[in-house]
Amino acid sequence: MVQFNSVHVLYLFEAAKWTIALSLIAFTGGAVLGVPLALARVSGFKMLRLAAAGYIQVIQGTPLLIVLFLSYFGLSIAGYRLDPLVAAGLSLTLYSGAFLGEIWRGCIEAVPRTQGEAADCLGLSRLQQYIYVILPQAMRIATPLTVGFMVQVVKSTSLASIIGFVELSRAGQIINNSTFQPFLVFALVGAIYFVICYPLSVASRRLERRFHVAR
Amino acid sequence: MSPDSAAPPLVRVAGLVKWFGAVKVLDGVSFSLERGQMIAVLGRSGAGKSTLLRCINGLEPIQAGEIEICGHRVAPLDLIGLPRRQNRRVLRQDVGMVFQSYNLFPHLTVERNITLALTLVQKKPRREAREIAIQVLTQVGLVDRLDAYPEQLSGGQQQRVAIARSLALSPQVMLLDEVTSALDPELTAEVLKVMEDLAERGMTMIIVTHEMGFARRLADVVLFMHRGKVWESGPTEEIFADPRTSELRQFIASVL
Repeated sequence: MVQFNSVHVLYLFEAAKWTIALSLIAFTGGAVLGVPLALARVSGFKMLRLAAAGYIQVIQGTPLLIVLFLSYFGLSIAGYRLDPLVAAGLSLTLYSGAFLGEIWRGCIEAVPRTQGEAADCLGLSRLQQYIYVILPQAMRIATPLTVGFMVQVVKSTSLASIIGFVELSRAGQIINNSTFQPFLVFALVGAIYFVICYPLSVASRRLERRFHVAR
Repeated sequence: MSPDSAAPPLVRVAGLVKWFGAVKVLDGVSFSLERGQMIAVLGRSGAGKSTLLRCINGLEPIQAGEIEICGHRVAPLDLIGLPRRQNRRVLRQDVGMVFQSYNLFPHLTVERNITLALTLVQKKPRREAREIAIQVLTQVGLVDRLDAYPEQLSGGQQQRVAIARSLALSPQVMLLDEVTSALDPELTAEVLKVMEDLAERGMTMIIVTHEMGFARRLADVVLFMHRGKVWESGPTEEIFADPRTSELRQFIASVL
């Protein structure tokens, strides 16, 4: 049996980079998907509203693990064999898109309706109302919530280990299989997650405080 | 400016009906207003005063009746179909609105609050818009607060900025919806002063107010609303001196 050594630590650090990469993919993809979802949810067109709401309901009501299985195992049987990174990135994008869409919808709706009315009375078009009056205020509300959600995304990437993608959790498993020092290995893995997430939590809390003061 | 009887009225409302669900909030409201006049809409809360202003400005769809304001017609059909938005945008050029809760944009400075529509809607260059902002802020006595954010101002100052913001677009008619109701008495005075100044400059105004003294002193015409109807209307002095209905008598007695 191999003793846990510095090579393993380096291996974990290497894997942590993939955790971060996957988080960034999930977050960027989620944002690209979440913005139109949020806008569709507050749109004047009923079909758009319903479609976006339906999508969000389905994803929020499905475990991320199942989405992962579907996009990795499911699609491979259907003839689309995705690389684990692609399958994980896709699943996390679908997942965080739904959640961010819903978070951001709430933020848009938290801007008082009278703000839009005032802009309307000044003659701004609906698009101008959104760009110059509603969205800037919604963004201020959304910042702490969004950063807080990023913590969830980082931790969710660990599920990608199930389909064999070697990120931080998977790397921990692999090392543990050869060293059999689970407490040491997984405590270290947990610590690395903490180091990634803690600054985000702090930032989220700080932004929230600043928002409340600025209000 | 003296009302010219030959010219068509600047504002004409005829048979306006508005339902909120099963409640008829406006029940056949009609009145007209000449250029340069100030009309005070009085009545208890729930009488339909604010709704009337919102309908005139196209913020609320109406179910029947006709509104003609500066030559633009707001008909019930316009408010459902496609022409609506375009129609409203034309209307906005001539009609300014000030709200009870100011509704300034909290993320923008006083200057930007005022110049936003000037640059976006009237397509004025930033410099010219700034000149106009300075001019209207001078008029409401707040030119030194150009760079302040709304939250740094008192309620009275915020409302004066809101009036300036509306004024900057040089509307022909201004609708003021209980603009002093959210203010402490000492702040009310500074806002009323601005409104008085506007009236003296000949601005055509429709105001909903609970400031009886102000209405009596400055309004040309009073519209007393009760249960969604124009219960009584006429020249201000006549209305106050000789109310014909018991509702108006009671109302005047209760607020004076």
